[in-house]
Amino acid sequence: MISMMQTLKLALTALVRNKSRSLLTMLGVVIGVAAVIVTVAIGTGAKSSVADQINGLGSNLIVVIPGSVQTTGAKSGSGGASTLTAQDGMAIAQLPGVAAVSPAVNIRTQLVANGQNWQTTVTGVAPSYGYVRSWPVVEGRFFTQAETDDTAKVAVLGQTVVQQLFPNVDPVGQNVLVKGIPFTVIGTLSGKGQSSAGQDQDDTVLIPYTSALQRLTGGTTVSELMVSAVDGAHIGSAQTEITALLEQRHRTVAGQPDDFSVRNLADIAQAASATASILGLLLAAVAAVSLLVGGIGIMNIMLVSVTERTREIGLRVALGARAAAILRQFLIEAVVLSTGGGAIGVILGVVGAAAIAFFAHWPATVPIAAVFLALAFSAAVGVFFGYWPARKAAALDPIRALRFE
Amino acid sequence: MTPVVDVRGLRKVYPLDGGEDVVALRGVDLTIDPGEFVAVMGPSGSGKSTFMHIVGFLDRATAGTYRFSGSDVSGLGGDQLADLRSRALGFVFQAYNLLARTTAVENVELPMIYAGVPAAERRRAAMDALDAVGLSKYAEHQPNQLSGGQQQRVAIARSIVNRPHLILADEPTGALDSASSEDVMALFQRLNRERGMTVMLVTHEADVAAHAKRLVTFRDGNIVSDAPVAPANAAVLV
Repeated sequence: MISMMQTLKLALTALVRNKSRSLLTMLGVVIGVAAVIVTVAIGTGAKSSVADQINGLGSNLIVVIPGSVQTTGAKSGSGGASTLTAQDGMAIAQLPGVAAVSPAVNIRTQLVANGQNWQTTVTGVAPSYGYVRSWPVVEGRFFTQAETDDTAKVAVLGQTVVQQLFPNVDPVGQNVLVKGIPFTVIGTLSGKGQSSAGQDQDDTVLIPYTSALQRLTGGTTVSELMVSAVDGAHIGSAQTEITALLEQRHRTVAGQPDDFSVRNLADIAQAASATASILGLLLAAVAAVSLLVGGIGIMNIMLVSVTERTREIGLRVALGARAAAILRQFLIEAVVLSTGGGAIGVILGVVGAAAIAFFAHWPATVPIAAVFLALAFSAAVGVFFGYWPARKAAALDPIRALRFE
Repeated sequence: MTPVVDVRGLRKVYPLDGGEDVVALRGVDLTIDPGEFVAVMGPSGSGKSTFMHIVGFLDRATAGTYRFSGSDVSGLGGDQLADLRSRALGFVFQAYNLLARTTAVENVELPMIYAGVPAAERRRAAMDALDAVGLSKYAEHQPNQLSGGQQQRVAIARSIVNRPHLILADEPTGALDSASSEDVMALFQRLNRERGMTVMLVTHEADVAAHAKRLVTFRDGNIVSDAPVAPANAAVLV
């Protein structure tokens, strides 16, 4: 009887004897596995960047915006009504499913500071805004509740505004003129990048909402209320509670449309990540097809090899090889080819993914599970596509095989 | 003395689709004792090749008994026959059948791999066998670096490396020029004389058969003559 180790050696010797053919046979699997790894990396990168963008919107964010108003038959769009107040926000903050609320008062205006000027959106918010939007301060600090209560003239700048107004100076401690009123910069926000809609989120200035209302707009209504639910599972119930509370506070008549609307970003998030998943699946399917083609290539070459080596097989049988030993040798040759191709493919795939990440700035990450899956799958391809040729080899009649020309 | 080969009433019938069956062997009886050197002759279609394949466990008889070194092998399965081939038989073919791109010593080791002999032991036995055929200098040569006669001697070294009970040689000189044929036949004679190797040789050339000690002639599936080779003739050749 011949040991497994010895059979492996025989198989490897046979492969090494035909180096160039072995390498060419592997090529199909190499390309297939490399394609799988790269596409999975791209898909994973797409999913994680979508997830990042969604997390960037805020933690378990619910947005309440004013509804439409109807004046003499003409309906304004959503947000047209000026019905939401900071007091609505305070009431919402008391709800059990709500962790934090910040009003947002948006004012489009021209800023002047440091001899520069820049048009941007100044937003009046509460100190909880940083938490609600998951948006930390990188330099200086955010304003406090006391400063909010005092309608303090303090501002926190987004990175784009910092670049435009203070390209060469530390902005903290400097003054910014907002509609002619000097605000003191007390901090800067971390860079958040583009929103999923392509807006530059860093092009912003945050000031206390009290200051915005009293010093800039002179009104009482806010542009929107940013609400953070206690956790992802409570977004739905928090939405229901907010709707009920606001209908009561705004004395909405039953049967009439609400003068506000409550939106949650989970739906958008879900749709976006589903799209990314489908994209990933599609890419993986294309890659799997190329792996399959590689497997058929192995089967093809193994069949040719069985025919070409008919005499060798006859000889091995005459010298005492059992049918099982012949089957094992050819099967192992196929598996070594496919697994070797798989290993080279994984290396190429990882390098390729890194190249894409580097040159295309696409966050292509290779999940470890994909590496093992690709290796296991390529081994399975070897077994599957190697079995038929191997069985053919083992079933050869040695007398005919020895006479084969 | 237990015969190496003892066949009684050996028949082999090849069924043909839609026609008469071809009868290759029609009840052959033959005994080969240890140390014999038997040449089997006969025209094509006489059944001599079929006989050799059955004796070599590469084919099975349709009827009859076959005792190999005293044990009945008629009912053995494929794996058991494969094991017998690896341990108890040595084959020499007309076309040498050495593995290409594989050194002489590795070719000689091949039967021991299937017999499960450890690597160090294999190398030693293979070198001994190459020495016995006078090719130890060529151990690391590949077949394409050897002449036809040398290749056939490597094949003979491969056939004796497991110390088989019987060496089966199928037209071993068929591809060789007369000088190389002479070398190869002299080698068989020496292995038979000095090592007591039992050899059965199939050939259709009378001068090759003349190197053996006993000549068995087949015709139409039967043995038609079985006689010692004339001693005078044998003496000249030795």
